[in-house]
Amino acid sequence: MEAKPEVGKKEKDWEPRILAFLCRWCSYAGADLTGSSRISYPPNVRILRVPCSGRVNPLFILKALRSGMDGVLVSGCHPGDCHYTAGNYNARRKFSVLSRLLEYVGIDPRRVQFSWVSASEGDKFAKVVSQVVADVKALGPNELFRLPDLDKKLEGQEGPHL
Amino acid sequence: MARVGVFVCHCGTNIARTVDVKYVAEEMAREKGVIISRDYKYMCSDPGQNIIKEYIRLYKLDRVVVASCSPLLHERTFQNTVKEEGLNPYLMEISNIREQCSWVHKDRAEATAKAIELIKMSVAKVRRNEPLFPKRIPMERKALVIGGGISGMQAALDIALVGHPVILVERNPSIGGRMAQFDKTFPTLDCAACILTPKMVDVRSNPNIRILTHAEVESVEGYVGNFEVKIRKRARSVDMSKCTGCGECMQKCPSRVDSEFDLGLGKRKAIYIPFPQAVPNVPVIDRVHCLYFTQGKCKVCQKVCPAEAINYEQEDEVITEKVGAIVAATGFDLSDPNDYSEYGGGRYKDVINGLQFERMINASGPTEGHLKRPSDGKEPKTIVFIQCVGSRDENLGRPYCSKMCCMYTAKHAILTKEHIPDAQVYVFYIDIRAAGKNYEEFVRRAIEHYGAIYLRGRVSRIFEKNGKLIVRGADTLSKGQVEVEADMVVLATALVARSDAIKVAQMLGIPYDQNRFFTEMHPKLAPVENVTAGIYLTGACQAPKDIPDSVASASGASVKVCALFANEELIADPMTAEINPNLCSLCKTCVDVCPFSAIIEEEVKRPDGKVRRQMRVIEGVCHGCGACAASCRPGAITLKGYTDQQIFSEIESLAVSF
Repeated sequence: MEAKPEVGKKEKDWEPRILAFLCRWCSYAGADLTGSSRISYPPNVRILRVPCSGRVNPLFILKALRSGMDGVLVSGCHPGDCHYTAGNYNARRKFSVLSRLLEYVGIDPRRVQFSWVSASEGDKFAKVVSQVVADVKALGPNELFRLPDLDKKLEGQEGPHL
Repeated sequence: MARVGVFVCHCGTNIARTVDVKYVAEEMAREKGVIISRDYKYMCSDPGQNIIKEYIRLYKLDRVVVASCSPLLHERTFQNTVKEEGLNPYLMEISNIREQCSWVHKDRAEATAKAIELIKMSVAKVRRNEPLFPKRIPMERKALVIGGGISGMQAALDIALVGHPVILVERNPSIGGRMAQFDKTFPTLDCAACILTPKMVDVRSNPNIRILTHAEVESVEGYVGNFEVKIRKRARSVDMSKCTGCGECMQKCPSRVDSEFDLGLGKRKAIYIPFPQAVPNVPVIDRVHCLYFTQGKCKVCQKVCPAEAINYEQEDEVITEKVGAIVAATGFDLSDPNDYSEYGGGRYKDVINGLQFERMINASGPTEGHLKRPSDGKEPKTIVFIQCVGSRDENLGRPYCSKMCCMYTAKHAILTKEHIPDAQVYVFYIDIRAAGKNYEEFVRRAIEHYGAIYLRGRVSRIFEKNGKLIVRGADTLSKGQVEVEADMVVLATALVARSDAIKVAQMLGIPYDQNRFFTEMHPKLAPVENVTAGIYLTGACQAPKDIPDSVASASGASVKVCALFANEELIADPMTAEINPNLCSLCKTCVDVCPFSAIIEEEVKRPDGKVRRQMRVIEGVCHGCGACAASCRPGAITLKGYTDQQIFSEIESLAVSF
C-alpha cells in the first residue's frame, strides 16, 4: 500500500524534533563515542536511554508522536550482538508491525526509523541521526498525529494532559 | 511532592564552552519539582560532590539530577555521593550533556536549548523514581566444572584452593583431556605428561574436589546460585572403592580393540585405563567389546582380580547436585581429515593427523616413541607436514584460523629431526602465525637450526606411487609447482567445536557462533562470562586455544566464580521486572520473549485456601532487559528503574517544552 503523502506546512525555519530511544549497551555507548570523537550531528535529536531496544513498547513511539515529536529513532545492537541475546530481534519484529500500522492509518512510516549502531560506531550514529533528520525534514511537521493544542502550548497556553 | 536538586557541571570548559551552563541552571530552577539548581566547574570532584551532599542536607532534597558527562562514566560516582547523604542511589539520574550535547554541537544557542530539554527529561523521570534495593537470594557455594582437561582441572583447582567445593565431571574414564595425548609442548619442549601429571595428582588429592569420571551432565535446571544438575555416572563395572589399580585384569583380558586414546594407532583391552598416568587409576569395562557382555562368557578379569573389584551388575547412577556456578570446559574435536578427498580421504595409511603424530612420537604411545610408517612399520625419511587442513577454508564453511597448527607443526618438525636426524622435513603453509611469547623464535629454530623446509602454498593432491606418497603442491614464493616424494604425510587438521556442542550449549543457555564455538558475554571485556548468569566458559570450547591461553582463561573463570561466591548470598541488581498477578492474564508471552528463562509459573495458595496459578520473575535470573514489559499485553509487567510511567514522563516533558 502506498503511503498517503502528508501535506504539512513547511515553514522556512521549521526544524524537526526527533526522539531517539537508544539501548544502553550499544547505541547509547555509540552516541557517547560520537561525542568523544567530536563528530557533529544536527541538534534536533533528544536521547532517551533504555536498557535494550526490546524494552521499547510501540506505545512509547506513539506517545512521542502524540507529544509532538516529528520523528522517532530506535537504535539497538547489531543482530547477534544484543547484550540480552535477542532483544533487538524482538524490537525489530515489533516495529515492522508498528510500521505497517502507521502506514495503514496514513502516517508516513519514515517518521519512525530503526537502526543498529554498535558501541564502536560513533561515526555511524552521526550518519543515522543526520539521515533521520533529513528524512523527517522532507516529510514536514507531524501535524496529523500530534495533539492539536500543542501549537497553543507554544504560545504558553495550558493544553490538556497528554 | 518530590524535592529535586539539579546540578549542572561545566566539566572545565568541555560543557561550558558550548552550553551556557549558568542559563541552564537558572532555567531548571523554574522546572516543576525542582527546589534548587546550580552549576559548578567540576561536579565529580570532591568539592563538587560535597556541594551535592550539602544541598541535599540544606534543602532536604529527595531526588537528584546531575547534568554532566555520560552515565557510563560517572553514574556509580554520583550514586555513591547521594548514598553517603542517606539517599537511595536509584533516586539520582544523570543527564548526558557532554558526550551527547556539548561535544557534538557547535551552535551555543542550539546546544543550550538541547541541554535544557535533556535535563527536563531527567527531572521528569527522577520525580517518578522509586527507591530500589538489591535483593538477597540464597546461594549454593559449590561449583560444577564440566570437562576434565587442562582447562577444567585448572578451574577446579583454583576454585577449590579458595575453599569452595567443586564437582569435576569428565566423560572419559580419566581426567587429563587432550593434553594427556600430547608428547612435548611448544615452545619450551617440556614433556606434556611431566607438567600435566602433577596437576592431575593435585586435583585428585584436593579434598574440595570431587572427581566424577566416565560421567556426563544430563540436565541443568535453575538459575545462578541455585542450579540443580543431574549427572549420569555410567557403569564402570569396576568397584572404585575396592580396585587397587594393580592392572592384573588388563593384562589377562583376551579382547583387544583399537585404542581411542591412541587414535587407532594402538590397541587396548576391553577392560582398560586410557593411559598409564590415568586419574583415577581404576579400569573401566568397555561393554561393547567385552566378551562377557557380548557373548556371556569369559569373566577372566573377575577371576584374576585380587581385590574382587569387578562388578558386572553395576548400573548407571544418576546423581543430583545443587551448585551455584557452572564452568563449561568441554574442549574441542579435530576436523575430519577425510574432508579432503584429494589428500586420500583416509585411503592412505601413511597420511596421519597431528594428534596421531603426537601419540606416535610419545614414549608411552603405540610405537613407544619411534616414528614408524603405519603401513609397513619402516622409519620414514621424508615427512611432509601440511598446515591449514580444514581451517581457513571457506569451501568447508570454516573460515577461521585454527591457531595452534603453526606452532605444533614447527614442534613436530623439530621432534622429527631429533628422533631421526637424517630425515628431511617439508612444511606446506599459507601463513605462519606465531604470535605468542617465544613462538616466532621457535618457528625460526625449526627452520634455521633444524633445517625444516617451509614451502608457502597449498597442496593440491597426494597420491601413491611405488610405495611413496607423492605430495603435489604450489610454492607461491618461487611461483612454481613442487612435488615431494614422501614416506609419511602429517595433516594439521583444524580444531573444531565438539560434535555435541549445541546440545551442551542449549542445556546451559550458552549462545554459540556459526562454527558452534561457545560465545562469551563480551569478546574483549567479558571473555569468560556468559549471558546466562552463573555459567562461565573456559578453554577451547570458545575458540581454538593453546595450553597457556586455556589455563589463563580457566583461572579467569575461577575468579569470576569465586567473586560470585564471595558473598554468602546472591546480591541481585534491583532493576528487574516485576509482575502484578492481578493484571496478568497468564498468556505467557513474557516466557517466550525472556532470553534468560527468568519467568516461571507457580501455584500460590490464597488465604481462602484456593490455589491460584501465577507468573513470577526470578530476580536472580532477570537481567532487566525489559522485553517482557514491552510485550505484556495486559500491562502487568513493570521494569523497575525503567517503568512505563518513567518513560512516558520523559517523553511528555518534551511536549510541554514544544
